[in-house]
Amino acid sequence: MDKPKLATCSLAGCFGCHMSILDIDERILDLVDLVDFDKSPINDKKAFTDRCLVGLLEGGCSTEENVHVLESFRNSCDILISVGACAITGGIPAMRNNIPLTECLSEAYLDGPTVYNPGRVLPSDPEIPLCLNNVYPCHEVVKIDYFLPGCPPSADTIWEGLVALLSGKPLDLPYQLVKYD
Amino acid sequence: MNPEAKAFMIGVCREYGSDRTRLMDIVRRIQEQERHVSLEAMELIAEELGIESVEVRSLVSFYSFFSEKPQGKIVIRVCNDVVDLMQGGAEVSRAFEAALGILVGQTTADGKFTLEHTPCIGMCDQAPAILVNHVVCTRLSAAQVPRMVEILKRTGDPQALVTQYGGGNNEDERIRSMVQNSIRREGEVLLAPREAEAGLRQAVAMQPEDVVRSIKDAGLRGCGGAGFPTGMKWEFTRKAAGDRKFLICNADEGEPGTFKDRVLLTEKFDLLCEGMAVAGYAIGAQEGIIYLRGEYAYLQAFLESILARRRKEGLLGTEILGQKGFDFDIRIQMGGGAYICGEESALISSCEGLRGDPKTRPPFPAQKGYLGCPTSVNNVETLCTVACILERGADAYRALGTSQSAGTKLLSVSGDCEWPGIYEFPFGVSLHEILQECGATDAQAVLVGGPSGTFVDPAQFNRTICFSDLSTGGAVVVFGPHRNLLRIAGEYLDFFIEESCGYCTPCRAGTVLMKQRFEEVLAGRGNQSDLDYLVELGRTIKSTSRCGLGQTACNPVLTTIANFRPLYSALQKAPDDNHKASFDIYGALRDHEALAGRTSEIFPHTN
Amino acid sequence: MSKDKITFTIDGCEVTAQPGQTVMQAADAANIRIPQLCYLEGLTPHGSCRVCIVKANGRLDTSCTLPAVEGMVVENNTEEINEYRRDLVDMLFVEGNHICPSCEKSGDCELQGVAYELGITAPKYPYQFPRRETDASHPDIFLDLNRCILCARCVQTSRDLDGKTVFEFVGRGPDKKLAIRPGARLADTELDITDQVVGSCPVGTILKKRVGFAVPVGERTYDKEPHPEQPVSE
Ligand SMILES: Cc1cc2nc3c(=O)[nH]c(=O)nc-3n(C[C@H](O)[C@H](O)[C@H](O)COP(=O)(O)O)c2cc1C
Ligand code: SF4
Ligand code: SF4
Ligand code: SF4
Ligand code: FES
Repeated sequence: MDKPKLATCSLAGCFGCHMSILDIDERILDLVDLVDFDKSPINDKKAFTDRCLVGLLEGGCSTEENVHVLESFRNSCDILISVGACAITGGIPAMRNNIPLTECLSEAYLDGPTVYNPGRVLPSDPEIPLCLNNVYPCHEVVKIDYFLPGCPPSADTIWEGLVALLSGKPLDLPYQLVKYD
Repeated sequence: MNPEAKAFMIGVCREYGSDRTRLMDIVRRIQEQERHVSLEAMELIAEELGIESVEVRSLVSFYSFFSEKPQGKIVIRVCNDVVDLMQGGAEVSRAFEAALGILVGQTTADGKFTLEHTPCIGMCDQAPAILVNHVVCTRLSAAQVPRMVEILKRTGDPQALVTQYGGGNNEDERIRSMVQNSIRREGEVLLAPREAEAGLRQAVAMQPEDVVRSIKDAGLRGCGGAGFPTGMKWEFTRKAAGDRKFLICNADEGEPGTFKDRVLLTEKFDLLCEGMAVAGYAIGAQEGIIYLRGEYAYLQAFLESILARRRKEGLLGTEILGQKGFDFDIRIQMGGGAYICGEESALISSCEGLRGDPKTRPPFPAQKGYLGCPTSVNNVETLCTVACILERGADAYRALGTSQSAGTKLLSVSGDCEWPGIYEFPFGVSLHEILQECGATDAQAVLVGGPSGTFVDPAQFNRTICFSDLSTGGAVVVFGPHRNLLRIAGEYLDFFIEESCGYCTPCRAGTVLMKQRFEEVLAGRGNQSDLDYLVELGRTIKSTSRCGLGQTACNPVLTTIANFRPLYSALQKAPDDNHKASFDIYGALRDHEALAGRTSEIFPHTN
Repeated sequence: MSKDKITFTIDGCEVTAQPGQTVMQAADAANIRIPQLCYLEGLTPHGSCRVCIVKANGRLDTSCTLPAVEGMVVENNTEEINEYRRDLVDMLFVEGNHICPSCEKSGDCELQGVAYELGITAPKYPYQFPRRETDASHPDIFLDLNRCILCARCVQTSRDLDGKTVFEFVGRGPDKKLAIRPGARLADTELDITDQVVGSCPVGTILKKRVGFAVPVGERTYDKEPHPEQPVSE
């Protein structure tokens, strides 16, 4: 029988959650026994090759591309898990949310103290995805099935979560593993 | 600050004995004279009262009639209640904006005019209405506005806008108002002819305990909305330990669509005073307070003069009706534009010179109320009824209405009907009967009890006004078939958000979340799961809020979801388990698209 | 006659209270946990957060303000009530700007602690991202209103215990916020690092400067177990 497939992605995140996935140390060998990795930065697979059982999402949606990727995950995975503060609340990137986008971009590209931009151009190449007005947590865009909080969630949290899911048990994190930082 | 202003402010503070509990009155006087309460004024008041200036600011910032920034000499407050908006209130606002060259919320550069919105001012039967300082103007149309502004500019006197009086005591020289009473149905109790002071005479011939028993026997329940048995409340207050007790008359009448207390104050003020004296006698209170909403300031001079007359006649003051030991007097406490101050414990806070935060209960006001003393808070209509009951006897009163809900009820009827106004019906009257009598033939919905009550659909028009079915403080608002009921529900929800005191989590934060999702649904970005979200959130707010405001704030949404489901279904997106209907990608991209001067390639759209 | 002891039950357990005690005080004495936020021993119960809500004889009320009554039947740790509590805690999170990973209070924060205890893994409601003020003018104390939950613990502590009234609320409804003397910065007030108010804030709004992040992750107040001790005013 085929092993179930797992996909991961980093949206508006810092890859810290992916580091934490790797931080499960030697248990990654057990994980590889349990699942095959599909689209993921871990194996550098850029596109889905198959339908997946589980998608792990790091980061919230800050750009149109984030939304696009998130939607493709929703369409390709049976179960989506928001991993980490950014996916769950928007996290640090969402600290821009109480500042209008125009102000954010001016600070970043025009008026910030370390900016050198004599032509005062805002980058607007069509290759660069457009920003959303706010950074959105994943569950405000698509349906999310489970949440693994933390910044990043500890390797134990990720492990517990995955093992529970893959063995069909309910996800019930013990107190010590529910953390927002 | 100029020395004159300073001397004035110090004078005001001292006039009230530099008493911290009179901060409402002090701030109100300074606001009226100086047009605002500046930081310097706050410092000065604080010093005079021996408190911190941030405490003064705490109060000033709570009440919408007080302001920290200078207001114009003439403040025009356009009522933006739902009924006013239905009858052209928005056009009136815009006409004022045009005529004054400012937006709502602004003051003209010459400091002459400020334009504001204000929630229901108790004139729904003659909407659209506005307040110009204390002067009420009713039945306005946008076409009148330029001329009104011209008169105000020329005379500087809001009273100059009143060219025709509204009848009854509105013509009295101490009122001189265009407000109309619109009494449409005089029932058997409150609006029936009676013998002046007969109730009070009867009361003093009885023992106070027996007066309380009479009110209990009559089955009178509070007319302010909560329907608590009046006799029981009096008994608690009477029996509570303490020598100093208070009777407070709740004349805050803030529930949108309610205006019956205004008519009683105008036409039946002696009856109210009589009822208050009876209540004072019954519970052993020597001090009475009428908490009069700021919007009714135009009645203040009239009411004060009647109080003065009654003192002269021996109907107030010491040894009332010559009865030894029966001392009772009344003062008027003006409110400052805050609906929450109609809630009895918030009202007490306000009387004490505090923010209008409701108090923690227990202890209840009957045990520890105004200044920590046992206090009974009763509605205007309740207290008027008391005098009538004493006059005719408990049995006669009890014989009216239904077995569970004795007597009659004043209803304030407004909205899409031929004859808006005041109706006195016996309890048990059905909505059908009311609609027929007020001339509403094609109502799509009736809001009973104001926005904190229930939106009722035509299939339920056989329901009746009484405590076991549709319980109400008296507001009945009729909506014709052409009205957008869900928009209206949203406007009422805004009202509650605006008027929340902000003390407790669910009402302060939850109602905002409710409005946010409700708007998504209205914009067509919602499906079944969003309705579930609204119902669940509404349940939490209702169940966990600290006072009646939060407990009922979601009713406009919850009762329309319950009784007008098809209106929501028509807006709903097809259920989609995977995508959140409320997420608006195009809205989220709008800012950057505008900045970048291009549209999204990933999420293409044409406009 | 007044009895000198009141007996009632919480989730079926018999509890005794002194006359005048609240349900919460009796529960605390009996080591029965009722989640709480705005309550601080030594202050008048405020009853604003609503998190300590219980069902007493079938009616919902806040246990910090509800006097214990003989024979009362209190439901506390039930799914229905905990769901209300989660909703309330969630509202407090989304109403402000709680970005825990960037907060000095994280790990020692009572709001976080209650959320952990209730097993909240993700917010049910959308964050509102209000724009709020900060004040770093004081040499020893930092004020960050982004995280204020309007619990009034500082207002009461400063007024009733420090005798200073440095803090009060202004505005109403969703615009209600914590304020200090109009026109002043925190440094201009009488606030002193030794004032009790400095330790009264349950969240990361009133913070002592130069002590953040001193305790390693894993050893902070709420890292290992819920409510290790009931909060007491410092
Ligand atoms: C938000 C709120 C607003 C209220 N407004 C009024 C009001 O304007 N007038 C009034 O009489 N009662 C009002 N009430 C009800 C009062 O709290 C109180 O029950 C009433 O004044 C008692 O008088 P009664 O028993 O004679 O009705 C309000 C209650 C709430 C919760
Ligand atoms: S329910 Fe609303 S009005 Fe009542 S105390 Fe709470 S915040 Fe204030
Ligand atoms: S105050 Fe508490 S909940 Fe808020 S950000 Fe800081 S740690 Fe998180
Ligand atoms: S600053 Fe802290 S103690 Fe004060 S009200 Fe806000 S959260 Fe409560
Ligand atoms: S702890 Fe009781 S309401 Fe906050």
